[in-house]
Amino acid sequence: MSTTDTDSAAEKAAEAADETADKAADSGKAAEERELGAAGSQLSTAPVEEVSVPSLGPLGWARWFWRQLTSMRVALLLLFLLSLGSIPGSLIPQTSIDQLKVQDFKDKHPTVTPVYEKLQLFHVYSSVWFSAIYILLFISLIGCIVPRTWQFVGQLRGRPPAAPRKLTRLPAYTTWRSDAEPEKVLEAAQRIMKRRRFRSQLTGGAVAAEKGYLREVGNLLFHASLIVLLVSFAAGQLWKTEGSSLITEGGGFSNSLTQYDDIKTGQLFKSDDLAPFSFQLDRFHATYERSGPQMRTPRTFRADVTYWDGADGPARKTSIKVNEPLEIQNYKVFLLNHGYSPVVTVRDGKGDVVHQGPVVGLPIDGANLTESMVIKLGDYRDKNGKRDQVAYQGQFLPTWVRSKGMFSQFPALDNPALVLTAYHGSLGIDGGTPQSVYQLDKSRMKQYREPDGKTKFARALAPGDTMKLPNGEGSLTFDGIKSWASFQVSHKPGDQTALLGAVGALVGLVGSLFIQRRRVWVRAARGADGATVVEMAGLGRSEYAKLPEELAELAVRLQTDAPPAAEPEDGPEPADPADPAEGARA
Amino acid sequence: MNLAAAVNENLAHYSNVLIYTAMAVYTLAFLAHIAEWVFGSRSAVGRTAAAITTETAAANRASATVRTAEKGGGTAVLERPKVITRAAAGSRDVPDGPGASGGTEQGDVYGRIAVGLTVLAFLTHAGGVLTRALSVERAPWGNMYEFSTTFGMVAVATYLVLLALKKNVRWIGLPLVTTVLLDLGLAVSVLYTDSDQLVPALHSYWLWIHVSCAIISGAALYMGAVSTLLYLFRDRYEAQLENPESKQFRQGVKSVLARVPSAASLDKFAYRINATVFPLWTFTIIAGAIWAEAAWGRYWGWDPKEVWSFITWVAYACYLHARATAGWKGRKAAYLALIAFACYLFNYYGVNIFITGKHSYAGV
Repeated sequence: MSTTDTDSAAEKAAEAADETADKAADSGKAAEERELGAAGSQLSTAPVEEVSVPSLGPLGWARWFWRQLTSMRVALLLLFLLSLGSIPGSLIPQTSIDQLKVQDFKDKHPTVTPVYEKLQLFHVYSSVWFSAIYILLFISLIGCIVPRTWQFVGQLRGRPPAAPRKLTRLPAYTTWRSDAEPEKVLEAAQRIMKRRRFRSQLTGGAVAAEKGYLREVGNLLFHASLIVLLVSFAAGQLWKTEGSSLITEGGGFSNSLTQYDDIKTGQLFKSDDLAPFSFQLDRFHATYERSGPQMRTPRTFRADVTYWDGADGPARKTSIKVNEPLEIQNYKVFLLNHGYSPVVTVRDGKGDVVHQGPVVGLPIDGANLTESMVIKLGDYRDKNGKRDQVAYQGQFLPTWVRSKGMFSQFPALDNPALVLTAYHGSLGIDGGTPQSVYQLDKSRMKQYREPDGKTKFARALAPGDTMKLPNGEGSLTFDGIKSWASFQVSHKPGDQTALLGAVGALVGLVGSLFIQRRRVWVRAARGADGATVVEMAGLGRSEYAKLPEELAELAVRLQTDAPPAAEPEDGPEPADPADPAEGARA
Repeated sequence: MNLAAAVNENLAHYSNVLIYTAMAVYTLAFLAHIAEWVFGSRSAVGRTAAAITTETAAANRASATVRTAEKGGGTAVLERPKVITRAAAGSRDVPDGPGASGGTEQGDVYGRIAVGLTVLAFLTHAGGVLTRALSVERAPWGNMYEFSTTFGMVAVATYLVLLALKKNVRWIGLPLVTTVLLDLGLAVSVLYTDSDQLVPALHSYWLWIHVSCAIISGAALYMGAVSTLLYLFRDRYEAQLENPESKQFRQGVKSVLARVPSAASLDKFAYRINATVFPLWTFTIIAGAIWAEAAWGRYWGWDPKEVWSFITWVAYACYLHARATAGWKGRKAAYLALIAFACYLFNYYGVNIFITGKHSYAGV
């Protein structure tokens, strides 16, 4: 840092005044800076910056590389890269969040997709380059805090550094003359410092005192906690299970792999690890905003469930809400979504029941819960008893308004309707190729026609209604409606440790930012005229604005033991070229 | 069950009226601040501020005298110890500017009027936020409109509290009132959402904790960012004073910059705010993670809002580290602070409006 011309002029003046005052030969500026440096050293254990190129040899290079990696500048650079590297993940769809969106993006942008894939931009946060940044950052962090911890332990075992020769050069300084004995003054000073919880020592005719060591403790705690946080996050990712399951009212779930509709597990997870518990959805409640601009927005979701802890524990009842998961055996069961399942009874041409129960559809319009559904009946007889395959296809609308078409107008069951048409022929399932339960392959199916033979056959059913296929080919009865709810069942070890790490980081941060580490020196020596000259000086970080105030307070306190004496007419005032009042600041 | 019935339409209406009234009063405060700056620029102090600044740069020692102490039972007043302070080596020791009024009486009167009007506007503003909260019987930060109005309110509150504590912050009055007006203008025009209930995901006491901390952090960081921005200009201005041969600002700009606090004071003010708010912002993220764990089953899922609050956090961490690193102090650190605040702003406006994620309930 460059000093301004005026600055150094003032310093030279101070220098000259000093030099005439005491006749020490070695009061060159450089020596003095060195001395001040020693007193100011270790006010923090921040690493010393060095940019020297190593001499030679692989060991030298390794050391150089390690020094660079653990230097503050490189840490800064890595931090900056970390935030830059996070940005694409928030702008480009991520597979870990929404795979459909990723597919959609890939379909829309065929040219950039291969590039993005190569750069792992669809899973930024588990990509090689992102991992490299944060792993390097954490190595740098460990390489920084371990030596700092040792250094700090050393400081704790040592004593505050001795006073620099010229206290006037420190950021805050005060002096007065007293009739008290120098030894008494120093004794009193040490007592005062001790009472104010400074660590102090008497060396070379001056008391050196220091306070605020907890700042460094906070700093180290903060950085160590970040490592704890990262390790628990990683553990959570490696051993997690996170799956979802859709359950209709009356249906249940027991915790085994087959019961999940889909499940994501960490690399180190084993299926035997699944804890035994089960639950059943008794009833689902939902209410929606009925008017205003946020109409249709869900207001309450509540799933009443019965659950069993362990393989054969007692049944307990509870409800799961959006912010209130069920916690059971370190697993959490969250309510994700809900919809409706129409309950239908299908009879074939001979009048036999071929299907009875709730049908799950595919939500197609979001907020209003319209669902498209397919009911496939592979084993079906026509009225003559001949084998056939039949499929009903259509939509379920919780609130059907005839004039508004085939989409629901509101998510609640205001006017539920099941609008269906029917096909017969071959479902294409005999070959064993798996099919989506939500889609119908119509290539070998023929749609039923009204008795007039022209219009396509379709019916809208209210609960309780029955639709009959033409020519007595069979019927479908809409018995009622059940709600379904989907649940996320997840288990993530390390959550507690992560929270601990977070709290530790916060506490450490508060300590490292709000506690001020500072040093105070008190020197008392007999002056030429026999009076005792008391000098006090303080040193802190430049952000610590209260240093002069604190020094003054200490001085006032010390003056009860070393009362100021009258100033001689032309006493040896400390070098002070400018009138202090001139530059006074409030 | 019709929950919308719970909305007290009357109160919601009062709230809107109060917000519009507050905007009108803020406009008056804005004009008063303008008058303060204009009169200040005509002052002799304003004109000679530059000269004074260069002169006092030579006197690199300031004094701070302290209160007296009582001795024993008597009231004998001790001679005050005179503490001499020195700026750290290498930094300019330039005194603060005289403030917007430039020390003129007329400018000062307008400045006082502006502060008075700001207090009045703040009370109306706070009334608006409060009635909005009462009308929906919940914390008034369920959508962007409510968030913005509360944000402006907290920013002004921070300023007024600092003023009440006799901190040297009156210079921030004009930029603050201007941005609060902009913020409220955006809120009532673009972001306006009728008073209403919340989606179930927001029914949690974490709403009070997480969002209020986010608002307070943002409002305070905003003050820090204004200070940092002014620091960059003032720093250049001071460099020009030292080196009169270099390219200079225009006279009008100089007149403004001469009246704001010194670069060192602005930098220190910004640092103190940023350093104080950083733990609060950390807490905001942690509280958000705990809430996310309860609501979505994971405490961290790289949702866009999470990503950007993380980026903001890292950017401020960068700034704090830069200030402790040789060669990064001063202007470079200041740029980092501005980038960090830009991240905060993007996290609020950008993520809510342009990116869909789990935090999309903005009602825009």
